[in-house]
Amino acid sequence: MGFVTAGPIELAPLIAAVQASDRGGVASFLGLVRDHHEGRTVLQLDYSAYGPMAEAECGRIVAEAEERWRVRVALRHRVGTLAVGDAAVAVAAASAHREEAFAACRYVIEEVKRRVPIWKREYYADGTVVWVDPTAKLQRA
Amino acid sequence: MPASVTPSLTVRVLLFASYAEALGFETAELTVPSPATLSTVMERLRALPGGDQLPPKPLCARNLAHVTADEPVAAGDEIAVLPPLAGG
Repeated sequence: MGFVTAGPIELAPLIAAVQASDRGGVASFLGLVRDHHEGRTVLQLDYSAYGPMAEAECGRIVAEAEERWRVRVALRHRVGTLAVGDAAVAVAAASAHREEAFAACRYVIEEVKRRVPIWKREYYADGTVVWVDPTAKLQRA
Repeated sequence: MPASVTPSLTVRVLLFASYAEALGFETAELTVPSPATLSTVMERLRALPGGDQLPPKPLCARNLAHVTADEPVAAGDEIAVLPPLAGG
């Protein structure tokens, strides 16, 4: 199964995929669709991806984490139309001890946000539809 | 090849999300003078209708990996122009 999927994401299978008898700690992150963005009410959103590159970049990020720490990592990102509360991204990192599991999990989600070619179009309660640009806020500041 | 013919190369360009909407297409074959870098391809794209909505140096990928504007491009490359990423 690939890293990018149109189907629902659940954390439990990812945790099951990385846990093992010699790994005493699993850290996980679940990213959910929020009901607001910059003061506006979000009804739903669409995630779209540059599929082949998103797969390749997710693979590189997981490999980097498994190289840097003694961990096993599982990662999924959903695409398509999502409702408020739906899971958009999930990461599970298992290691012998918690420090490496936390560090690897944090690394993977931050790199996914920074590097994986996925875009988000939000539908607001006021009828507007916007491609979300996380860099716009920095440019305005 | 006659000296009067300028060497050229053709790449496949992919646009996504807001950039695809700005230029009105998602894929195109673009021919540019050779040798070329990513900047050469971007200049051609920005000269197309709607191209002025692209930043001069957008995030780009060559053959599925992030690259910078000075990256050389070769015939047959897949060049993707990536709007600000919003995954996660």
